[in-house]
Amino acid sequence: MPGRREFLAGGGALVLAFSLSPRAWAQEAHGDAGKGPKLPGSLSKTPLLDSWIRIAADGSITVFTGKCELGQGVRTALQQIAAEQLAVAFERVAMVTADTALTPNEGFTSGSNSLKDSGTAILNAAAQVREILLAEAARRWNAAPGDLSARDGFVTGPGAQRLGYGDLVAGQSLHVQAKPQSPLVPASAHRVMGKAVARVDIPAKVTGGEAYVHDLRLPGMVHARVVRPPQPGATLRSLGTAPAAAMPGVLKIVHDGSFVAVVAEKEFQAVQAMRALQDRAQWDSPPMPPADIHAHLASLGSDDTVILDRTGQGGGGTSHEAAYRRPYHLHGAIGPACAVALFKDGELTVWSHAQGMFPLRDAVAELVGLPKEKVRCIHREGSGCYGHNGADDAGGDAALIARGFPNRPVRVQWMREQEHSWEPFGPAMYSRSRATLDSGGNIASWEYDVWSNTHSTRPGNAGSLAAGMLVAKPFKPPPPRPIPQPEGGGDRNAIPIYRVPVARVTSHFIPRMPLRVSALRALGAYMNVFSLESFMDELSLLARADPVEFRLRHLDDPRAVDVVRSSARGFGWDAWKRTPGHGRGFAFARYKNLAAYCAVAMEVEVIRESGEIRVGRVHCAIDSGEAVNPDGIRNQAEGGVVQSLSWTLREAVTWDEKKITSRDWGRYPMIRFPHVPRSIDVEVLDRPGQPFLGTGEATQGPAAAALANALCDAAGVRIRDIPFTADRLKAVFRS
Amino acid sequence: MIRLQVNGKAHEVDVDPATPLLYVLRNELALNAAKFGCGLGQCGSCTVMADGEAIYSCLTPVSALEGRHIVTVEGLGSAERPGPMQRAFIEAQAAQCGYCIPGMMMRAQALLEKKPRASADEIREALEPNLCRCGTHMRILRAVARAQELMGAK
Repeated sequence: MPGRREFLAGGGALVLAFSLSPRAWAQEAHGDAGKGPKLPGSLSKTPLLDSWIRIAADGSITVFTGKCELGQGVRTALQQIAAEQLAVAFERVAMVTADTALTPNEGFTSGSNSLKDSGTAILNAAAQVREILLAEAARRWNAAPGDLSARDGFVTGPGAQRLGYGDLVAGQSLHVQAKPQSPLVPASAHRVMGKAVARVDIPAKVTGGEAYVHDLRLPGMVHARVVRPPQPGATLRSLGTAPAAAMPGVLKIVHDGSFVAVVAEKEFQAVQAMRALQDRAQWDSPPMPPADIHAHLASLGSDDTVILDRTGQGGGGTSHEAAYRRPYHLHGAIGPACAVALFKDGELTVWSHAQGMFPLRDAVAELVGLPKEKVRCIHREGSGCYGHNGADDAGGDAALIARGFPNRPVRVQWMREQEHSWEPFGPAMYSRSRATLDSGGNIASWEYDVWSNTHSTRPGNAGSLAAGMLVAKPFKPPPPRPIPQPEGGGDRNAIPIYRVPVARVTSHFIPRMPLRVSALRALGAYMNVFSLESFMDELSLLARADPVEFRLRHLDDPRAVDVVRSSARGFGWDAWKRTPGHGRGFAFARYKNLAAYCAVAMEVEVIRESGEIRVGRVHCAIDSGEAVNPDGIRNQAEGGVVQSLSWTLREAVTWDEKKITSRDWGRYPMIRFPHVPRSIDVEVLDRPGQPFLGTGEATQGPAAAALANALCDAAGVRIRDIPFTADRLKAVFRS
Repeated sequence: MIRLQVNGKAHEVDVDPATPLLYVLRNELALNAAKFGCGLGQCGSCTVMADGEAIYSCLTPVSALEGRHIVTVEGLGSAERPGPMQRAFIEAQAAQCGYCIPGMMMRAQALLEKKPRASADEIREALEPNLCRCGTHMRILRAVARAQELMGAK
């Protein structure tokens, strides 16, 4: 199996300037936990510098990250950080992303944590490497390091001496422990960080380059399709394989319990054989949950945790109470899940667009019965995932098929209805808010309850993969667990950021899952911010206060205040002129109460006859800490707003007594061009020198609540049930 | 054997005539741009042009395309020499995951070849069949407007 050494030799490096100890090969968490101060970002788990940065004798620089490019632009941002701190041109840095044979194990690319984890690690590691290069040159020239400078891959001395980085790395010089602090290039001197560098992945994507795992075309590759039960939980009763087996190009039919797949020479042959198998497959389906899913969830029992209990003087005054609900949502990747796997010489390689190559490796190894060392998972981009979708499952499918069909690469892609019915959904949730206002119109007491399933059934275990659930001897999935505070899962952002003297927040974790669920972008924060920020608007109306001013008077954090003020100013909140049928809405949150600050203001027009909501101008202000790539932040924020509007306006998973019915885009409609906002302006509040806070999940909650608040402002009705479909609105307007 | 004219080049492919064009483009001709999204004509990620019209390559059997001029994103230029539509998408950084983007570009190309001065609202309407899950819509609209400029229509 190719490892780091082979990779680098094959990558054009002439001679390795330093050797690797076996310890550096094992990229597992061999951290120095408990010894000394905590190292920055993911250096705390992978502290050796040469796990992150390699400089070959010819001066070529390779930077390794355990995070994946998901279309969020992280590859470009990490490359900017490395180039800045290594004092080289952006193009001089080659990035290697998540690969169990090559890169640090940074778990999942999730939670808006990539810049915080990997960005912080590379920032500090690169700064330390630059320091090591300067020190080595100083030693050779018998000069003071302060008299030297590093630039464009060379260190220059006071007497115009010059040495390339490749000449300066010697022996084990980068095979050293990271330091807690290294001298960073100051923000005032940045050439690459903070600039809107063009994304490195876009040219291939717009010219038909090999950009995705879907595009891998390995020698001798065959095509497979899986035949899936109508939804998770159903089992195979009977299968007729003869017609499919006789079809042209069919090489193998895989049948292991309820796991059914077909391998063919050509892709469309696999599709046709899959349909033939599907036509003859009969399934036993357990009953589907009742249509009133929230009442059903309430009947399942919950483990309750009080996550905020602030006692004091409060109560009295005007009181208000409200309840909110959200349905199951799809991730809804445009490209169904895909993976390629090759089993050869006792070793299995899986190319996958899942978010965590190391957890997938562990799950796949268990699934196919190989030791972990014999399984390598390599990330390749896929269609955007927005959380735990079918990508891991497809990796498991490809692995299991390839294990029984050795020596030829097997490419599996799901069909649309498989993605729509088998991906783990974003969980349905409900919540209840209560508060009292004092005589001055300020919040005196606050109570909030939220009910939810888990927001992560991610792999690590074979029982978390679809194939692991379906095989004749199924693997047991681990029991569902809540993600603890302060990040939280179902209770993410359930704790108010606002100043409230008396508060009690309870997280009701429902272990039993009527439908398969897992992480969808922002997890519970989408629902909790929707609830809290709708409720704040309701309270501001009771207090006869302007919604923006009402928020500001309850905010202490100056960065929160800045973001709220910026969005209000950018939108033109105070100068806004009301016209019939139009309304404006505002919402704010700090993601997880510890990451990016984001405020959204928007205007809508409501057409009462049709129940349609037209979104006009949107303004979003965001503080993601130090902005590595401001245009990347804008792109993510714009996208987050539109995606949240689609969830909130239109989307809900549906089912009948027998099966999931929202099996395609016709029955699970998402937003289309004519209905996206007229404009979205994103204002990035850069905080040079401050920690990276991440971006990808900051906007979904505020966008949903701003929409609800604008709708109420325009039409005088408060909608607390997602989605705000035209049918729902028409019914509300009629009553 | 089925004769196809793709991006100005003649090809002969030995496939079941019922095979949708998409599989032929991707697997027989090794053209990556058109993507499988739904196989149902609901998302547009497979969009290519046939005789100037945007079509769903996931639904159109290859036998129906003999003698017609098919254009894919690969026919608009290359990474080294991007054409106006491609340059516009790069300039506008109009992609997140990018999976839907080739379909967007082909639908926009078909529109602008017919109607170079299409208005902003006409562009929105024309792109209606194509889905983007990342929410890159605003940038895609900017990119198409920029393509109009680069093509000299504005």
